[in-house]
Amino acid sequence: MTDPLLSVRDLRVEFPTRRGVLTAVDGVSFDIHPGEILGVVGESGAGKSQTGAAVIGLLEPPGRIAAGDIHLEGERIDRLSQEQLRKVRGRKIGAVFQDPLTSLNPLYTIGRQLTETIRTHLDMSEAEARDRAVQLLGEVGIPSPADRLDAYPHQFSGGMRQRVVIALALCANPRLIIADEPTTALDVSIQAQITALLKRLCREHGTAVMLITHDMGVIAETADRVAVLYGGRLAEVGPVDDVVNRPLHPYTEGLMACIPTTHERPPRLAQIEGSMPSLTAMPAGCAFHPRCPHAFDRCEAERPPLFEHPPSAAACWLWAPEGARVTERAAS
Amino acid sequence: MLTFIVRRLIQSVLVMLAVALVGFALFTYVGDPVNNLVGQDTSLEDRERLREDLGLNDPFPVQFFRFVVNAAQVDFGISYRHGRPVEDLLVERAPATLELSFAAGVFALLVGVPMGIYTALNRRSWLSKVFLTVSLIGVSLPTFLIGILLILVFSVWLGWLPSFGRGTTVDIGWWSTGFLTRDGLTALIMPAITLGLFQMTLIMRLVRAEMLEVLRTDYIKFARARGLSARAVNFGHALKNTLVPVITITGLQLGSVIAFAIITETVFQWPGMGLLFIQAIEFVDIPVMAAYLVLVAFLFVLINLIVDLLYFAVDPRLRMSGGGGQGL
Repeated sequence: MTDPLLSVRDLRVEFPTRRGVLTAVDGVSFDIHPGEILGVVGESGAGKSQTGAAVIGLLEPPGRIAAGDIHLEGERIDRLSQEQLRKVRGRKIGAVFQDPLTSLNPLYTIGRQLTETIRTHLDMSEAEARDRAVQLLGEVGIPSPADRLDAYPHQFSGGMRQRVVIALALCANPRLIIADEPTTALDVSIQAQITALLKRLCREHGTAVMLITHDMGVIAETADRVAVLYGGRLAEVGPVDDVVNRPLHPYTEGLMACIPTTHERPPRLAQIEGSMPSLTAMPAGCAFHPRCPHAFDRCEAERPPLFEHPPSAAACWLWAPEGARVTERAAS
Repeated sequence: MLTFIVRRLIQSVLVMLAVALVGFALFTYVGDPVNNLVGQDTSLEDRERLREDLGLNDPFPVQFFRFVVNAAQVDFGISYRHGRPVEDLLVERAPATLELSFAAGVFALLVGVPMGIYTALNRRSWLSKVFLTVSLIGVSLPTFLIGILLILVFSVWLGWLPSFGRGTTVDIGWWSTGFLTRDGLTALIMPAITLGLFQMTLIMRLVRAEMLEVLRTDYIKFARARGLSARAVNFGHALKNTLVPVITITGLQLGSVIAFAIITETVFQWPGMGLLFIQAIEFVDIPVMAAYLVLVAFLFVLINLIVDLLYFAVDPRLRMSGGGGQGL
């Protein structure tokens, strides 16, 4: 396999607060290969967005990367100065945020915001940047892009604005795009369009995507691989087909069971009993054990490492190598 | 846009009429104008004749209408004390007040806006804390006290700046300016600081608060995520978005700077309209009081109108036709 484009190892993001240190992301590791779409799923507060923010160096203070390392194309980027990071952002890593209504500065035309970004990263004249802006707008599916260049954000609909945001993320042809809930704020019909657009553009440009969402449907349609986060920790990672159809981790299993289907109508929608522990009250051992139907003694005492079970990997004692698993089972 | 301007103009006229009514009421209800005009030994018949000649026996609406028509033609009658047309007195004094207010406003903006930006961007630096503490003093100390303290330090102790007056002025047509002489400029420094200090601290705190608000928005985060330089993010994107409320408050404050120059002018014996007004009150010079009242109201209305129009220049969302003024 080729070298990964982005490699995150044992990432730990902490928020020092008055009541002690909150660990939002705890020992998360994953790789993204060139041109690959990695879906990152989890409930609210599972650490999805903080992982994305850490990669792009935009953690809100007082949040900070407390441990671990992040490599982009073999170069370590989590220790860069703000000025060096700035050259990575936009140039090598683009970003798309959740709410297109608030992502664009209302006081500038989209043309200005595009050319500004293009000229920050690429050595172009104003006229060349304008041409590129028109071309980008065309690519993301804005009708008659040349005329729309001088329009203000409020003159676009939400879906169109998200297309502009994607164009802005693509300005300098980054290698990776971090898309944090890019479709959550949109209508369902627009969601599908935006997802398809993102997928098509990434294939055409060879751009990898870290797609952060809580919508398994979006993941199933778009992603190549999935990382499931729970309580700031990685629960499972693997190819999308395996994770969706043959989940390893009981949490993933529960998550998949929650997706309603059309051919059978259960009296109630399935749900996982209980709720995710808050960051201030993480249980010992596996973070999921209080809700896990398969939990046994070891789950309460010891935190499971990520066990390889090709093609996936899961942080669950059930998937510990055969010997260990059997003894634990017997012990319980 | 046009409907918006027309609507604003109509509102302005209504405000001016209301103020004119108050100004006019001064004549009728604060003392008797005839008493103020004639000596004590004037006979009752003479008084009555004078009353009739001056139109004081006409019904109230008629008198008020006459006052408004005259005021609209910049005719406010004769000052009781100076025996000269009030508008001449005001025109004579206006340059002093306007120059002082202008200097104070420029001082407040040039110092207040950068300080606000600095304290917003460097929230934890000790200099920001110094600025905020100083601004607290600026907000809490009354204007006259600041003026007197400045005089004590810079005129009495250090002897650097003159303690009163405008210094030498140069006449350009009817406008007498103190900007062109060294003397006039040094005399301007302390009154301008005294008058502008409160506005400066206000602007600084406003810019800071607005800027902090804007820096938290998604589009600033997104601008950072696009790799724009800190300069472009802070000054290009954040600052422009803080300007709308800042323009509003600055505009409104400019009106009050002119109106409340009274205190500063009294402390520094600045020969402006404010001083004229204070003296007019002392001598119950009603035409001057009424004219000053109307003039100040007019300035407020005019500035408000300009501020409203400036919004259009800054915020493209308001330029949309149809919705004119609804969001304001």
